[in-house]
Amino acid sequence: MKGQGRGLQAYALLYLLFLYAPIILLPLFAFNSGTIIAFPLQGFTTDWFSQMWANATLRTALTNSLIIAVSAAILATCLGIFAARASTRFEFPGKGGMMGFILLPMVLPEIIVAMSLLVVLLGAGVQLSILTVIVGHVLICMPYAIAILTTAFSSLDKSLEEAAYDLGETRWSAFRLVTLPLVMPGIISSLLISFTISLDEFIIAFFLAGNQPTLPTYIFSQLRFPKQIPMIMALGTVLVALSIVLLALGEYFRRRGNARMGGNPTGGFL
Amino acid sequence: MTDDRKPMIECRGVHKHYGDYHALRGIDLTIRAGEFFSLLGPSGCGKTTLLRTIAGFEDISEGAILIDQKHMEEVPANKRPTNMVFQSYAIFPHLTVAQNVAFGLRRDPRGKAEKAALVEEALAMVGLRGYGNRAAHALSGGQRQRVALARALILKPKVLLLDEPLSALDRKMREQMQVELIKLQRQVGITFVLVTHDQEEALVMSDRIAVMFEGEIAQLDGPEALYARPASRRVADFIGVMNFLPAHILGESDGVATVEAPGLGVVELPARQISRANPDDEGPTIGFRPETMTLVGPNQAHSQPRETNATIDEVVYYGDMTYYDLRLDGAAAIDGKAHTVRISMRNVFGRDVQEVGTRTRLAWSPGSLVLFR
Repeated sequence: MKGQGRGLQAYALLYLLFLYAPIILLPLFAFNSGTIIAFPLQGFTTDWFSQMWANATLRTALTNSLIIAVSAAILATCLGIFAARASTRFEFPGKGGMMGFILLPMVLPEIIVAMSLLVVLLGAGVQLSILTVIVGHVLICMPYAIAILTTAFSSLDKSLEEAAYDLGETRWSAFRLVTLPLVMPGIISSLLISFTISLDEFIIAFFLAGNQPTLPTYIFSQLRFPKQIPMIMALGTVLVALSIVLLALGEYFRRRGNARMGGNPTGGFL
Repeated sequence: MTDDRKPMIECRGVHKHYGDYHALRGIDLTIRAGEFFSLLGPSGCGKTTLLRTIAGFEDISEGAILIDQKHMEEVPANKRPTNMVFQSYAIFPHLTVAQNVAFGLRRDPRGKAEKAALVEEALAMVGLRGYGNRAAHALSGGQRQRVALARALILKPKVLLLDEPLSALDRKMREQMQVELIKLQRQVGITFVLVTHDQEEALVMSDRIAVMFEGEIAQLDGPEALYARPASRRVADFIGVMNFLPAHILGESDGVATVEAPGLGVVELPARQISRANPDDEGPTIGFRPETMTLVGPNQAHSQPRETNATIDEVVYYGDMTYYDLRLDGAAAIDGKAHTVRISMRNVFGRDVQEVGTRTRLAWSPGSLVLFR
């Protein structure tokens, strides 16, 4: 009886190894003084990190990506709040179809979204820039934002806002004082997910950025130069570390929010 | 008895349509100041809709609503002199108990200390003194209910609206809160309007009750009148238990009807025992409550003017009470149907619970009968 779970245990371990081993390799080679990505490891160095820090193009790409990701996350989440509140609070004709079409980009191949956007933008004579990337990213982040926020809004008791209104608040202040704090965990989740999706998005950024680099397009362009690869490893290490911090932060806020509201989760996603 | 008090809420020909659905069909209603008033009816009868139109959460399609002699059509819910206790209590889970209770004072110009004193006073009134710093989400159902009451009453509204406030509580808690609500209402003197589907709750708490079916008021009366003299068979059936027997009207003069009912024989009923609103179109019917008739033993004396022999068909034992289903002698001879009636007896000391199949006598008075025609 005891040995029965062994096979499954080994399978699970192998699976996790397959998932995470490549990521563990990143920091190994980022601190390795050899210029070729191969074992055995040579010596310890932080040169790649200083090289990365000194790289002006990389910094531009990083700045661009951060501007795009922050803007896309805020825009998608704001629009998502409107859509989620409307779909959970009100009945209107064509609601089902409308919500379906808003969520469609989630399953639409990104290359199709990118291509059609490019054609439309060029046709309209819009200059390609990080602005156009933001537009594209809002489009693909929206479905995720709405999915998260709809869960948050639908778990709210409708009477809460009515009670605040009944107690003398206006419609807007009732929303601000009651609904907004209660869906805040959902809003934070939506911001984080949108930010992450936008930050590592490649196809739309590649098509719509014009000659502006973003982090993914820059990394892709550098992979052609073997000399640059250790530096990309260092960059990857920093990104992994940042993701972990971000995730932990998101989870912390979600748990704190839940604890304050008596363990009634409102749309946590992480 | 309360007729001299001024009207607090007046509904005049109130209609409400939701698309094709006619939710309120001409409600005319006057609720007086200081009254404990209940809207009673089955779900979907429009009682909650009526409450929400009074609160201002729903517009009315036709008619007028006045609160304290002022028209309310142009007054939004947040400006009306009403406050509501919601069915779910709608306690703000991210705030403390004190912050919940003080919520309505946000726009009040009074100072912080003064407001804190008001909050403490409101909490004391509902029996939650010292609970101010607790997290609202950690409260029990009964405590949430009290916070909701304190939160609404702190604004000293002219009318407190209560939407099925006790339906989420267990039986013991509900009975306790019923008594507390009555006391609270007497103490603050505010007009209470309660929506409930629980007839017992309405009878226990209200000065007057409006029974509603399908968007209309079927009867508006005090609890005793409602129970003893229901205006229609439907009202009688909804409030408590009532036995119905098909009646045959033999004659009528000076308002007194001579009626024959299976098993009961011929009785004469004065006008006050006759209800002429019988929209169900079931033909004349005699009704009586289970507790108005008494089972008596073979040689037991009784003071009732009439008695009928019967056989016990079913016994349902409730501890303090026993329900007996009886077949009345001679009832089947009228139309070939076995007319069983339900009688309730208190299980007082010394009275044995009877067994199924026992022959027994039923003692009763024509004064407890109601004729629906």
